[in-house]
Amino acid sequence: MSDMLNIALPKGRLGEKVYAMFEKAGFECPSIRENNRKLIFENPEAGVRYFWVKPSDVAIYVERGAADIGVAGKDILLEYAPDVYELLDMQLGKCRMAVAAPVGFNDDDTRRRPLKVATKFENIARRYYASIGRDIDIIHLNGSIEIAPILGLSDVIVDIVETGTTLKENDLCVYEEILPISARLIANKANFKFKQQAIRKLTDSLQEQINTRTEVQA
Amino acid sequence: MDTYVMTREEIVSYQLRTLYSRYGYSQYKMSKFEEYDLYVRNKNFLVSDNVITFTDHSGRLLALKPDVTLSIVKSGRDVPGKVSRIYYNENVYRTSPGSRDFREINQVGLECIGELDTYLLSEVLTLAAKSLKRAGRYISFFQSPDYVLELSHLDVVSCLLDSLTVNGEVKGELLRCIGEKNVHDMARICREAGVDTAHVEALAVLVTTDGTPDEVLPVLTRLSNTYENLREPISELSQTLSALPASVKEKIRIDFSLLSDMSYYNGIVFRGYIKGIPDSVLSGGRYDRLMRKMDRTSDAIGFAVYLDRLAGYYTAAPGEFYDAVLLYDDTTSPRKLSEWLAERVANGERAVAVRDVPGNWHSKEVIDMRGGRGNE
Repeated sequence: MSDMLNIALPKGRLGEKVYAMFEKAGFECPSIRENNRKLIFENPEAGVRYFWVKPSDVAIYVERGAADIGVAGKDILLEYAPDVYELLDMQLGKCRMAVAAPVGFNDDDTRRRPLKVATKFENIARRYYASIGRDIDIIHLNGSIEIAPILGLSDVIVDIVETGTTLKENDLCVYEEILPISARLIANKANFKFKQQAIRKLTDSLQEQINTRTEVQA
Repeated sequence: MDTYVMTREEIVSYQLRTLYSRYGYSQYKMSKFEEYDLYVRNKNFLVSDNVITFTDHSGRLLALKPDVTLSIVKSGRDVPGKVSRIYYNENVYRTSPGSRDFREINQVGLECIGELDTYLLSEVLTLAAKSLKRAGRYISFFQSPDYVLELSHLDVVSCLLDSLTVNGEVKGELLRCIGEKNVHDMARICREAGVDTAHVEALAVLVTTDGTPDEVLPVLTRLSNTYENLREPISELSQTLSALPASVKEKIRIDFSLLSDMSYYNGIVFRGYIKGIPDSVLSGGRYDRLMRKMDRTSDAIGFAVYLDRLAGYYTAAPGEFYDAVLLYDDTTSPRKLSEWLAERVANGERAVAVRDVPGNWHSKEVIDMRGGRGNE
């Protein structure tokens, strides 16, 4: 393990926004802005190495210690429950985990049988329905969840809702909100002990940036 | 001792056993099986609740041991005034977190059972720190890797949570946040549960304060000005720390995000980390509550070193070491060769006869018998 700070960033728009914040915090790595297909970038002067990974894999890289820190959605953290520190709410990538159903759906009509729920987030769905005591039948899907109720595969879906446009276009609407989701800064527990100074410097600056942004928005 | 026949894991385990033995601990040997019932009753004490079971001839359900401490507690007796110091080196069978496959795990550890005083607590912490140092010598990456003994006192956390007067469910949620150092969700949960903001701030201080004893103790003292019930655990923590040798104390990091199941553990709990290994390699704590559950009156503290988590990080053994290497070719007499070898081995040396010496071999002596030399 090098003494560099290894950071796993989620590929995509969210990752770019996050990098901009890290850069502002003094962890810059100019080569990352070059337009190429490389996935690993490092700047020995700033003591930092970034790598782009699939958003749902960030937590694995961090939990296993390949990355010291990373940014992952709360949805992924709740679904896979990795053993990591959750140091900050980045207040980015805000959306909701919700139950969506065809317009006009009412669970009172389906009470006599288990509710058929299609989702990518099995654990979140199970925990939510267990908390309200509803018997369910989980159908695990990996994508295009919205068409499951249309085709009669499920009664409802549990999925992430940002603006609600996709739902609307498929004649679905939010039936119940489960919880708000946003991007979180996570850290490997063991590596945190040995790189605490750098991580604290980063989190202090990020917290300051988040506070300023929320004040401006308010 | 011929250490060259030992694997790195065997060397580390030997080194740790030697260490514990020198401090007056004696080895505890046990059978591989235990009645399954013991584990069902204490499921949450186990690292993973998957246990390999089978039925014996009389129909009893037995388990391959997933844990050593429970067996030690079960088989011991309480003798007033006596402290038993025990160490073990056993294979246990369990699934690792996040995996469904069973593995055989070599575990070395110790237990100190009896009337525990400040000295005994500091002795166990010292041995934990020394274990990390010894194991670290065989880990790659660094010549002598840094290590840290993370320390917490569960009563500090539970006393502060008790001041909040929230229900069990909220308490559970808050404990999860403390374990994650997650101040943002903790603040939200407290807000929703109507917890006073002063308490929320105190909790946040506890979660975000981590560091050396000199950094953390003053913060704790300030907290105990408001929360009087923290005084006793803080005083125990600080007394134990002051009993530690300076070389151990400098490796201690106090961190209250370290939590263990409070229905078994109480007081001091700790975990050990070696730089370069992305997981804790040592875990321990005081478990008087487990003792009471199993009708024992003694107090107890102990720890285990997870040798399996060190595997994969050991330095590679740098080639082969010999006392003597004999070089031969077609002109060398086979009888002379075997006589020579037999004599060396009888002298307790490691010797080998070869036609060519590989580059990563090291030998105190190289004898060249090629070209008919030494045949007469």
